[in-house]
Amino acid sequence: MRSHVPSYEIETPKDLGAALDRMANEPGAWKPFAGGTDLMVLLEAGKLVERRFLNIWKLPELKGIEITSSHVILGALTTYTEVRSSEVLAREFPLLCRAASETGSVATQNRGTLGGNIANASPAADSPPALLAYDAEVEIVSSRGNRWKAYSGFHVGYKAMDLVADELINRIRLLRSKRDWKQHYRKVGTRRAQAVSKVCFAGAARMQQGRIADVRIALGSIAPIVLRATETEKMLTGEKPSPAVRQAAQEMLAREITPIDDIRSTARYRQRVAQNLLVEFLEMLAT
Amino acid sequence: MPEGSGKIQVRCTVNNKAVTFEAYPMARLLDALREELRLTGTKEGCGEGECGACTVEMDGALVNSCLVPAAQVEATKILTIEGVASGERLHAVQQAFITNGGAQCGICTPGMILAAVNLLRRFPEPTEVQIREGLSGNLCRCTGYTKIFESVVAACGESERDA
Ligand code: FES
Ligand code: FES
Repeated sequence: MRSHVPSYEIETPKDLGAALDRMANEPGAWKPFAGGTDLMVLLEAGKLVERRFLNIWKLPELKGIEITSSHVILGALTTYTEVRSSEVLAREFPLLCRAASETGSVATQNRGTLGGNIANASPAADSPPALLAYDAEVEIVSSRGNRWKAYSGFHVGYKAMDLVADELINRIRLLRSKRDWKQHYRKVGTRRAQAVSKVCFAGAARMQQGRIADVRIALGSIAPIVLRATETEKMLTGEKPSPAVRQAAQEMLAREITPIDDIRSTARYRQRVAQNLLVEFLEMLAT
Repeated sequence: MPEGSGKIQVRCTVNNKAVTFEAYPMARLLDALREELRLTGTKEGCGEGECGACTVEMDGALVNSCLVPAAQVEATKILTIEGVASGERLHAVQQAFITNGGAQCGICTPGMILAAVNLLRRFPEPTEVQIREGLSGNLCRCTGYTKIFESVVAACGESERDA
């Protein structure tokens, strides 16, 4: 049943500074509200617990894609549609573009934002595996200042993040260092459009004379958080993606992930699919 | 339970007309359109962003109006199914849906038409894949989609006249 609409407040701060002051003065009382693609669904289900929201959707400070010689810097409010239509992202960060185009429908992509996807902290989100594969960093702001931190390690447990009550995700930064890496993204869901994933895989590797010189492997929906399979990465580094190595990597991956049974799939299915996607990636590296 | 802040006044443009309505800040654009502005062409299916029955354009971009709170409608331009025709003259997409049997019960139709109109504005000569993707957020329980797809294909050549 829908939540009681009159009991919610939404305030529209005039700029980022005003939003941060609000959050600093009453820590925890105000929750940022961006494109609403997650929060409005909770409202509809009667599960929107917070009562007061800051409408940050139009704040210009959180918008736009900035390109420097070393980085692509995405405002937290960058929508999936904007990700999909960026040429530099298409060229150098195809995993993120794939993730954006496989998230929801056109309408969802117009309103869903990268910052929102991170802050919602769903283990089934589609863009976080891509961000992990690119060693993304997130900039956190508050009225006390700002800090950059590695996105890997930002999610610390189910729906738990390294983000305190007065802090807001400001920007996401990608180092332009992987354009020559071989990259692979695959989302497995019930149907092609509009489905939340059962397993989502993002992989990137730098190959040198047939060997894996450096590699990133990240998955969604296989643990309480979106995860980088660092042990599997370590094991693969320096190896040729031969059948024996693929077999060993599959076994290592199974030890690193902790999929669960839920409404969308089963733990066994998820484990097998995650392993298959890893093999698919490694086979691609061998070609 | 905290009391909330009462209703707010929202000024926006709907189908090229400046309008003002009152709503709770978290009220859905869908309800504001249907109940405050009496524009009942926009339908509700799922109420959670899955079916596309409530699709409208907001500042030129498709949105699910069930997922837009009134507080974010201030100063925007909304296009609903009621604003798609020019007076008595149907938009090419609307005409194509009639000619090709693209509508049956009609619940999905306003959203489908908005999605198709928006698609043809972005891609005047869409590929098959673009059409399928452009409509992928809109569910239909009647037509089996083929006739809807054919309607959009039929509208392609026609729509420049209307744009
Ligand atoms: S009613 Fe809005 S998407 Fe279904
Ligand atoms: S015509 Fe009935 S749902 Fe599409």
